[in-house]
Amino acid sequence: MSTALNETSAGFEPLIVAFCCNWCSYAGGDLAGTSRITYPANVKVIRVPCCGRMNPMFVLRAFQRGADGVLVAGCHPGDCHYSTGNFHGRRRLSAFKRLVEFAGFEPDRFEVRWISSSEGDKFAEEMEAMTAKIKALGPNGKMRDARWQSLT
Amino acid sequence: MSRTGVFICHCGTNIAGTVDIDKTIEASRGFPGVVHADEYRYLCSETGQDIIKQAIEEHDLDRVVVGTCSPRMHEATFRKAVAEAGLNPYLLEVANIREHCSWVHKNIEEATPKAIALLRAAAAKAALNEALEAPKLEVEKRALIIGGGIAGIQAALDIAEAGFEVDIVEREPSIGGRMAQLEKTFPTLDCSACILTPKMVEVAQHPNVHLLTYSEVEEVKGFVGQFDVKIKQKARYVDAVKCTGCGICWEKCPSKTPSEFEMGLTKRKSIYVPFPQAVPMVPVIDRNACLYFRKGRCQICAEECPPGAIDFEQQDEIIERRYGAIIVATGFDQMDPSIYGEYGYGQHPDILTGLEFERLFNASGPTGGKVVRLSDGKPPKKVVFIQCIGSRDKARGMNYCSKICCMYTAKQAILLKEKVPDAKSYVFYIDVRTAGKGYEEFQRRAAEEYDVAYLRGQVGKIFPEDDHLVVHGVDSLSGKIIDIKADMVVLAAASIARADAPEVGRLVGINSDSYHFFNEAHPKLKPVETHTAGIFIAGACQAPKDIPDTVAQAGSAAVKVVGLLSKDMLQGEACTAEVNQAECSGCLYCEAVCPYSAINPVEIEERYHDGVLKRTVAEVNPALCQGCGSCAVVCRSGTINLKGFSNEQILAEVDAICLQR
Repeated sequence: MSTALNETSAGFEPLIVAFCCNWCSYAGGDLAGTSRITYPANVKVIRVPCCGRMNPMFVLRAFQRGADGVLVAGCHPGDCHYSTGNFHGRRRLSAFKRLVEFAGFEPDRFEVRWISSSEGDKFAEEMEAMTAKIKALGPNGKMRDARWQSLT
Repeated sequence: MSRTGVFICHCGTNIAGTVDIDKTIEASRGFPGVVHADEYRYLCSETGQDIIKQAIEEHDLDRVVVGTCSPRMHEATFRKAVAEAGLNPYLLEVANIREHCSWVHKNIEEATPKAIALLRAAAAKAALNEALEAPKLEVEKRALIIGGGIAGIQAALDIAEAGFEVDIVEREPSIGGRMAQLEKTFPTLDCSACILTPKMVEVAQHPNVHLLTYSEVEEVKGFVGQFDVKIKQKARYVDAVKCTGCGICWEKCPSKTPSEFEMGLTKRKSIYVPFPQAVPMVPVIDRNACLYFRKGRCQICAEECPPGAIDFEQQDEIIERRYGAIIVATGFDQMDPSIYGEYGYGQHPDILTGLEFERLFNASGPTGGKVVRLSDGKPPKKVVFIQCIGSRDKARGMNYCSKICCMYTAKQAILLKEKVPDAKSYVFYIDVRTAGKGYEEFQRRAAEEYDVAYLRGQVGKIFPEDDHLVVHGVDSLSGKIIDIKADMVVLAAASIARADAPEVGRLVGINSDSYHFFNEAHPKLKPVETHTAGIFIAGACQAPKDIPDTVAQAGSAAVKVVGLLSKDMLQGEACTAEVNQAECSGCLYCEAVCPYSAINPVEIEERYHDGVLKRTVAEVNPALCQGCGSCAVVCRSGTINLKGFSNEQILAEVDAICLQR
């Protein structure tokens, strides 16, 4: 069994996977960097072209592999680089969140946020807030697939 | 198994300061498929790129991962480098260990493991990267400029001079924009019309420029090189070919309505040209004001028009045209200062905004060029100017500095002294900002030669008393409360984004900052580009700016457009969607979600028992696909994938990031 499962929430450092759209949120993350606004290193960003590209399978896989929280960030509704991608993303991911909840998993581990390329400060704030929330929730015990860890 | 090379950039101390390079190199060597790992101080430099190229050769690498700044910064640089070494450029992957790591984490203990995780993810993705080919796209050699102010005019002239066709779409009946409303310009006191009108005429007469005034852009589709645009040319109810611009119609027109050009300070006729130097000199009938359209009475203009150019039956016209590039130059608005109740704007005719006051100097303005109080027609002896109304005001206005107010206030104070020699001006300011060639000297002249009193401080209240306006303020340098019995008050209201800027942004597909000014692609190095290829911005729609900056930016945008239109072919998007047609069920949900109409149904033939089965499946047109990936997610049979961001690649990144949990 992985050591992470035995961590107490006191010294618990969660792993948060953030899927960011290339045009707004990833750029917002870049701006946070350029502006040297710090946020916890618990967050690791994966770049996707658009939050309309987000297949819920990606989120499930992250939880399965042991991520404690997953954040999807895209352009503000109406500002999508591809005009409508985030509308598809918004509808799909909010339905997905309800489904996750229905399946008995903590829905708070999964969030969707709108962060524009000019919102470096907001990017850092959201990462900070997500980390704090997941720290309080403790490790993801329910969806983690321990077998995978032992395989690798 | 791939043969991946990992290269880590120190970026001076930008990365190396918070990321332990030795540890990341060591860890990288252990990633699956990695056969080589190296580091360099500045990987984007020529030497840095050479290191990558040599390693590709020496170690027979077929994948390259760079741990550097954001891919939005240097992905193109490194793609070019690997291409020069004979690798397909899309076999490169960037791990963003600067903006997303070394710059946002406090110490080496935090940042190093994260950098390793990001590199591991990039290597896992790179192993699945495929060689991609960007499609070639044709370029329509015609540009569209939205907005016919000085920015649009300048850009149009520059593009037209380079030999390309250019259309200007202007929503008002005349081009000219804000600059046409100005009397004089700082710091030279050139008459604004004298320098603008020749340009307006030049642009109208240029064989490569086509003016579409009284028109608005309705729809923008397509992409760089091939934007399909719908433009609505509103009915003028005047035949532009027949009209001679004689002016009899607006002389005879009996109905009046507030003039937008004069900031509502006076009235214009229902058939009108906005100002005497309008280009084109063809009036329009304002449907909402015209007696004929409102009540069915009066056709005096039609009766009086010598060439018979009035046509009440004219309809709005939709023009559909294809453009290779678009410049957005839609300008700015002036904030309505009535939200500041203490200044009493809108409650007293002698409290004006800067732009309204400007009109009083103009010979064709509401007072015929006489600077007088609008209340009693007397020349003002004491005028108080108040700076930063709505600018630099976190609480109620805009956080930013509107940039032009300090200078135009100095200009107006000088002009006032010239028109009314015994007038005295007072300027309440927070800071006087005069950065610009000749600006400081100009403002000094106002203070020293034109007897303008600069008072550092704010005004708390303005109230009428007898026939004066009492300005109750504080001089923060002397600490004294000051009451000035003024004849007039001029508020330097903030320059703000156009009220419909968000709509325009959505229409053309560019984003804005929190004030609705359009965003440039990079604040320093790409000041006229936007994040949408082929769309550029110029002038005050990007941020408040003065005329020289606007003209410079317009010229810069024009150069970018000319560069684009000079190419016969453009490289399209390589990361496009593809359909595995054997597995496609033909539901065509993908067609419905595609914002670019890049997916079409096609009929394929399949062997079926002994015969042939014809069925409909989806097909992606790679020239139109922009790679958003919406179709890949909506696909019910999971048979559409997005090249460059495939399901497998993204899942591999997830796995790699989560590995050590």
